[in-house]
Amino acid sequence: MALMNIFDIAGSAMTAQDLRLNTTASNLANADSVSSNRDETYRARHPIFAAKLQEAGAFGGPTAAGSPEDASAGVTIQGIMESDAPLQMRYQPHHPMADENGYVAYPNVNVVEEMADMMSASRSFQLNVQMLNTVKSMAERLLTMGQ
Amino acid sequence: MKIDFDAALGIHPAALMLRARRTEVLANNIANADTPNFKARDIDFKAALAAQLQGADSPGRIHATHARHIAEAPAGAAGSELKYRNPLLPSLDGNTVDGHVEQAEFANNTLHFMASMRFLDGKFKGLMTAIKGE
Repeated sequence: MALMNIFDIAGSAMTAQDLRLNTTASNLANADSVSSNRDETYRARHPIFAAKLQEAGAFGGPTAAGSPEDASAGVTIQGIMESDAPLQMRYQPHHPMADENGYVAYPNVNVVEEMADMMSASRSFQLNVQMLNTVKSMAERLLTMGQ
Repeated sequence: MKIDFDAALGIHPAALMLRARRTEVLANNIANADTPNFKARDIDFKAALAAQLQGADSPGRIHATHARHIAEAPAGAAGSELKYRNPLLPSLDGNTVDGHVEQAEFANNTLHFMASMRFLDGKFKGLMTAIKGE
């Protein structure tokens, strides 16, 4: 039944948004983590979302009656990428982690961007919860038909 | 005299099934609101309902007359009626989902689903009255 697939779709979206919130939290928590080695300095992380494709009959092939002939069903996370943005170099010659020129490498986390990302993720999460509740009440109502 | 359910229930079962399927398509749009390059889709409800009511035997449909013919998609399959939505605004990541449009369509679709269900409920209650004869 079409309505039952929506629980999977909304679930996958909520998982994805949850992971996005997690990376945001990690980025914000590590916004000021310095390291003595420039290669080991924390870099901002972001998940990569992709539409989940349906296995069978997604593109043009004959499909079973009642199945959604939609090409995709929910979201998958393809992976988490580290930002390539340049690290923030701050001149702090008395810092124990400073290099020979007196610079300390700070993570390339953009705090403003992360906050905006956090709000976007939590709104999307809310929207999916709302959707799930609506579909649940639709299904419940459907069960009482004819009574 | 026997009760013909197709005649008694009318358009409503087909409409209800299509509404449920459209809910799924819209849910998928909302779920992929942050997916880069995702294109929002929707069912052309009028065309889909017409196709579903048309049935398999009407002229104009393709018939498989040989064992090696590829079977046509079942009547009312949403694949042919599934269209891409025209975005109101272009976005940088190629995503065409507009959260507010999808939310409004979802609410609208839910309301129509409930309406179809109410109609069906009424039909069933009518049939029950006819059977009991009270």
